[in-house]
Amino acid sequence: MRDKFLQILIIVVSTVLIIQLFSLQVINKEESDIVGKASVQKIYNFPERGYIYDRNDKLIVSNEPYYDILIVPNDVNISDSIQISNDFNISTKDFKLRLEKALKFSKIKASVFLASITKEEYAQLQEKMWRLSGFFIQKNSKRKYNYSTGSNLLGYISEVNDYEINSNSYYKAGEMIGRQGLEKTYELELRGKKGVNYFQKDKFNRIIGKYNNGIYDTLPEPPKKLKLTIDIDLQSYGDSLMKNKYGSIIAIEPKSGEILALVNSPGYDPSLLVGRERSFQYRKLNNDSIGKPLFERGLQGQYPPGSTFKIINALIGLQENIIEEKTVFKCNGGHFYAKNSFMKCHTNETTFSDLDNAIYTSCNTYFAKTYKKIIENYQTPSIGLDRWTNYVRSFGFGNYLGYDHPTGKPGFVPNSNYYNRWYNNSWRAVTTISNSIGQGEILTTPIQLANFAATIANRGWYVTPHFVKEIENDSINNSYLQKNLTLIESKYFEPVINGMVNVVERGTATNSKINNIKIAGKTGTAENFIKINGLKKQLTDHSIFIGFAPADNPKIAICVFIENGYWGSRWAAPISSLMIEKFLNKEVDRKWLEKYIIEGNLISEYLKPYTENNFKINE
Amino acid sequence: MNSIKNFDIFSCLLVLSLMCIGLVNIYSATYVEGMSFFSLNNFFGKQVFYFFICLVTFFLCMIPDIKIYFQYGSIVYLLMIFLLIGVLFFGNEVNGSRSWFSIAGFSFQPSEFMKPVTALALAKFLSNIHSDIKKLSIQFYSFLIISIPLILIVIQPDPGTALVFLGFYLVLHIVGLPSIYMNIFTAIIIIFLLTIFFGKTNMLLLTGLLFVLLFIYRLYNSLKKTRLIYYAISSIVFILCVDFIFNNIFEQRHRDRFNVVLGLDEDLKGIGYNTNQSQLAFKSGGIFGEGFLQGSQTKGDFIPEQHSDYIFATIGEEWGFVGSLTTIIIFCILLLRIIERTSIQRNLFHKIYSYCVITLILFHFGINISMVIGIFPSVGIPLPFISYGGSSMLAFTILFAGYIKIDSNKKEKW
Repeated sequence: MRDKFLQILIIVVSTVLIIQLFSLQVINKEESDIVGKASVQKIYNFPERGYIYDRNDKLIVSNEPYYDILIVPNDVNISDSIQISNDFNISTKDFKLRLEKALKFSKIKASVFLASITKEEYAQLQEKMWRLSGFFIQKNSKRKYNYSTGSNLLGYISEVNDYEINSNSYYKAGEMIGRQGLEKTYELELRGKKGVNYFQKDKFNRIIGKYNNGIYDTLPEPPKKLKLTIDIDLQSYGDSLMKNKYGSIIAIEPKSGEILALVNSPGYDPSLLVGRERSFQYRKLNNDSIGKPLFERGLQGQYPPGSTFKIINALIGLQENIIEEKTVFKCNGGHFYAKNSFMKCHTNETTFSDLDNAIYTSCNTYFAKTYKKIIENYQTPSIGLDRWTNYVRSFGFGNYLGYDHPTGKPGFVPNSNYYNRWYNNSWRAVTTISNSIGQGEILTTPIQLANFAATIANRGWYVTPHFVKEIENDSINNSYLQKNLTLIESKYFEPVINGMVNVVERGTATNSKINNIKIAGKTGTAENFIKINGLKKQLTDHSIFIGFAPADNPKIAICVFIENGYWGSRWAAPISSLMIEKFLNKEVDRKWLEKYIIEGNLISEYLKPYTENNFKINE
Repeated sequence: MNSIKNFDIFSCLLVLSLMCIGLVNIYSATYVEGMSFFSLNNFFGKQVFYFFICLVTFFLCMIPDIKIYFQYGSIVYLLMIFLLIGVLFFGNEVNGSRSWFSIAGFSFQPSEFMKPVTALALAKFLSNIHSDIKKLSIQFYSFLIISIPLILIVIQPDPGTALVFLGFYLVLHIVGLPSIYMNIFTAIIIIFLLTIFFGKTNMLLLTGLLFVLLFIYRLYNSLKKTRLIYYAISSIVFILCVDFIFNNIFEQRHRDRFNVVLGLDEDLKGIGYNTNQSQLAFKSGGIFGEGFLQGSQTKGDFIPEQHSDYIFATIGEEWGFVGSLTTIIIFCILLLRIIERTSIQRNLFHKIYSYCVITLILFHFGINISMVIGIFPSVGIPLPFISYGGSSMLAFTILFAGYIKIDSNKKEKW
């Protein structure tokens, strides 16, 4: 008898079973993985998205509820269809169509029957819901904007995409995420944290109670309020000034680096990108290839800075001891910077300018000569240029500034490598002479120019510009509290600022003078080109102004950039002065100038390249 | 009559405790809010009713003299064979197999009762003084006794129960069947599983390689060349057969079950649903379980057949590893105790019958739990004494009562 065999078999079988049970119940017991169980349903509890205020505690963005009617076709009493259609105020035919649509989705699962009904409709319906079996109301929440400005700045929220679902375990299909602008940067603060409730289901998918008495449930974490650095009144005022002009206004409080206004034109109403219509509206905005309203010019637009860049060459010249305040250069309505190469200057007759004079008359010759000397101050132009580049970059040019908005462009500041590659190592200071007057290879974004203005206002340092002043129960990024020093000593700023004050007092921008407020500024007029059907064509110059006020104790630094606005004092300087007046005085006295600006229309200028073959520029 | 001392009271208590575990968990598995505690309309009430019938039956089985069992064994066997044939024609079809008689509201499954009866018949046949298991004719008749009910059950079709009948061949092995049968059988099972797992081509290559190595080995040792060739050819033929049977004779559902268990296929919603849900039940049970009536998988009623074949999932979820371990240990102790008491039996009839009891319980217990925890394909067989079901509980009670009766008689010479 082989009864030992049977004993061994019993022991072996039992051991195998116990090992498998041990691995299932003791090693692999996945308490956290209760989601995988068909018997447990996870229902999220979303906190209301955080509110956004301006610097004066004015509410900019809040939320408003909207209501969807959901239907569970199986529970609907079809024989009452007339009564039901009456209750919902729709035709019986419409009712049948919607019911069929819902049936296609599922008999027992809820789907949307009527979307986004108003509060009033909701109030009326609420009384009738008891007799409408199979229907129920779902409350949702969407963003509500109290001001129709700053759309690109604030950004928008939309449903998460597949990539986000896969890369971040927090988000589940159908949830909202900050897609652009500050909504994106401050997504974590604004969204809070959703809570979870676990429910026990039976095999018919019905909820039969809390799972495990709710011990795994979590409460939602409320979001944090954001207080922006934006002055929403100034921002709205900027919007009105920019009507029918494309470009951007950026105002910064120099001491703190707080951005007071970021106006992009053409703008659009932020409430367009809300709710069910969002993708349709977005496509519409995206298709506007001339106005490009979704293109945030202030942060993404890379333009030649034009004459505003002369300031930096003056500063570098002073720092490098190339020029002094009293240094005089001769200008014959321009000068030959090399054999057969003449750079024109708008000071038509022969002049002798010192630094102050050169700034307020914006003399090309003066700064071209200064630049040439800076570069030639060293053994090779490469060394000179790289020193110059270092100075320029210390102002934040040529790189992302590091502000808290997800969009942006670095701009461009060339160094010797760039020219070595381009000119095969044989180039001289005069080859790059356009840099002296902010043309040529240099590209800057308006926010870099605004930051530049703030740096001059501070006499040599800046705080990285930023949009958020306070976060509820939290602190803002430390880098927005620190000073960034430039490579220019602060004593060299005074003579330059004197010149900038004279720009408005008696120079290129006298039309922008404000009584009682001393503005320091610099106009710029930047040549620019586009390619049409492969041909390079010149367009009307960009109108640029940078400045700050009051000159002695700066409260606001500003950069205004008007695409194809021709010379700097035509549009940019007056708009800057109006913004400054509005911010400092709260009221604008110069109504005639305000009216002139608001009524100014450049749309025909923008349409030229698209409508005419041989169009005239700089009219 | 025997004195109470001769009875294996301890085993009776173990079985009773298993039945109680069954009742508690059937109550939990079928519990719905507001269910009346005792009513013949719900599963729990019915099971309690069967429990009492089983108690009565158990005592009835104790009354007749042991000789009666011996004498009427073959007649009852023939009777049951007729019932098994009858059920093929007059039975009710439930879940695709024709294995139930339905009389006056109560269903009755003859294949369940075939288990103790076959045990009796086999024991009677083999305990005959002329039955030498080494003789080919005796082997043939023994196989016949087991195979007739097995084939009838396969026809129903009820593969689970049929699988359990294979256990009787194991009894033959224990009783002294030449080991060649066991070896061939084991080889067949291993090759079968490997072929499914690795595929036909890989297996042919592997076998080829193995035999080439064996032939090389033969140069240095004395292995019979002809036998080696015979083995080689038969394994290759068998591999091809397996491939053919698996792909052409098995139905897709059978293939799926094998694939799921062997880990070749993971289909959590379809064929693997049952196994996956029951594994989740074990996982959520953890060490100490979720508590009586608290199991989330159980409450949600996600595991089909949870009160009958999958009752062990309820134990695992609500009582945790502690509960499932206890159940396994009770089974283990029960089986080892029966073996221990059987080994001192002198009477061959008694001995063989007891081995049949052990093998049957072991097969049910092993296959059922393996299936519930997902290491064996899903076949429908109950967990003895625990699963819901009158026929199976009654059949096991009779089987067990037979052992108790026989065991109590061991000192009596007759």
